Amino acid sequence: MMGPDESRYGFRHRRHILRALGAGALLGARLPSALAADTYTLPIGNGERLLAQYPQKRPLIVLTARPPQLETPFEVFDEGVVTPNDAFFVRYHLAGIPTNIDVDSYRISVKGKVATPLTLSVADLKKMDAIEYYAVNQCSGNSRGFFEPRVAGGQLANGAMGNAKWRGVPLKAVLAKAGLQEGARQVQFDGLDGPVLPTTPDFAKALDVDHAMDGEVMIAYAMNDADLPMLNGYPVRLIVPGWFGTYWVKHLNEITVLDTVLNNFWMATAYRIPDNACACVPPGTAPARTVPINHFDVRSFVTNVRDGATVSAGKPLALRGIAFDGGYGIRDVEVSADGGKTWTSAALGRDLGKYAFRQWQMTATLPAGMHEIKVRAVNVIGQSQPDQPLWNPAGYMRNVVETTHVRAA
Amino acid sequence: MTPTHFNLVAFGAALTCAITFPAAALTIELPPDSARLKTAPGSDVAAAQCGTCHSFDYVSMQPAGKPLAFWKAEVEKMKKVYGAPIPDDQIEPIAQYLAHSYGDAK
Repeated sequence: MMGPDESRYGFRHRRHILRALGAGALLGARLPSALAADTYTLPIGNGERLLAQYPQKRPLIVLTARPPQLETPFEVFDEGVVTPNDAFFVRYHLAGIPTNIDVDSYRISVKGKVATPLTLSVADLKKMDAIEYYAVNQCSGNSRGFFEPRVAGGQLANGAMGNAKWRGVPLKAVLAKAGLQEGARQVQFDGLDGPVLPTTPDFAKALDVDHAMDGEVMIAYAMNDADLPMLNGYPVRLIVPGWFGTYWVKHLNEITVLDTVLNNFWMATAYRIPDNACACVPPGTAPARTVPINHFDVRSFVTNVRDGATVSAGKPLALRGIAFDGGYGIRDVEVSADGGKTWTSAALGRDLGKYAFRQWQMTATLPAGMHEIKVRAVNVIGQSQPDQPLWNPAGYMRNVVETTHVRAA
Repeated sequence: MTPTHFNLVAFGAALTCAITFPAAALTIELPPDSARLKTAPGSDVAAAQCGTCHSFDYVSMQPAGKPLAFWKAEVEKMKKVYGAPIPDDQIEPIAQYLAHSYGDAK
């Protein structure tokens, strides 16, 4: 049967397991190569990472320490359809991050092209009518480490995503309270995190007014029925369901209504994708025109069997996993146990909403030998996943049909 | 908001919290940043320039085997796009160091 030692996926050296074995057992055990610090090897070239415990987090994969960028070990996605707060990935751009926040004195300003500028406390938000929904957050560069040819940037495997229940107020209600002026075009969002040097562009993002006023974009003060962890944006962050995490501004404290289109580095230069239907270009080439990255494409994963695992031949093998898209909802998840020649629809789990992970499961019986298990999802409007990976220079939006290689014996 | 502004807010918040609302503040302490650059000619200059804004795991996690052009583009991006005050005459030595220590330059 599969086991971590046999898997080529996410080999984890567990110091606490060694501890649990006790000193006596340790003497006879074959020691992992790294005892000084726990490490985790992602299934990408140069994928060895530290595994470290950050405040309010369980041990996570350290992409970078300053600013903290933490990837969720992929095994977490098999624990349940909701990603626990202490396992949720962390992504900052700039190292000037808050480490001390007093929620009572915290204020969110609403300004710019509004009739009445506002200064709101978190308590003010909690007095307003709340909304709540499950939504996936995913980093634009999730899975960048699988791009071929490889591209510069955060070298992530598939763990910069997570599904949580968010509670807060609709951005629409806050903007309506302030009153949009005629000619409002975009709404800019800024948080407490900022650059080390004054010459570095501060991180701020913007949405078109129609999007900001859709009633779903949320200022969230709770995540899975608890306060947001500091590293996920405490005390409030923007939730832009179906859209990549770059818009989900953490420690949100300034909302500015603009009568222009935000033209800063983070909108006009970074986080751009090729302006075509696949958001792709031939590998190694540059796109002629780009647009700001926006909603997720369709993705699906096997979560309970790792690539490279050994499974029992001739016996029913339970397969399960997750699927999600940019907000239409998942209609079907198909699984192939023969490398893509034949496909079978999986049973879908409970529907937590169109922005959430959707669990799926099925059973396959594999004869002895090597097998390729593939999974692909189809959303409500018929969008699916490409058989071959698409490429773009920034390493965004990977959504190839995933393949899990197993040996049945 | 700039870090300076935030620090003032945090300072003010810390005062407030110390006096009246001790339960309302959330404070975290980040683990130490332990990553170091490989020691080689140029590593001191690279450490001084790159380490101002980010930890060195930004360097070590990049794909192996990338050529000098890849690393030079990164160093130039840090100066032009992110505003790093790298003197022009240090760009090439830093890129050379990175390409030799983390890329395919021999």
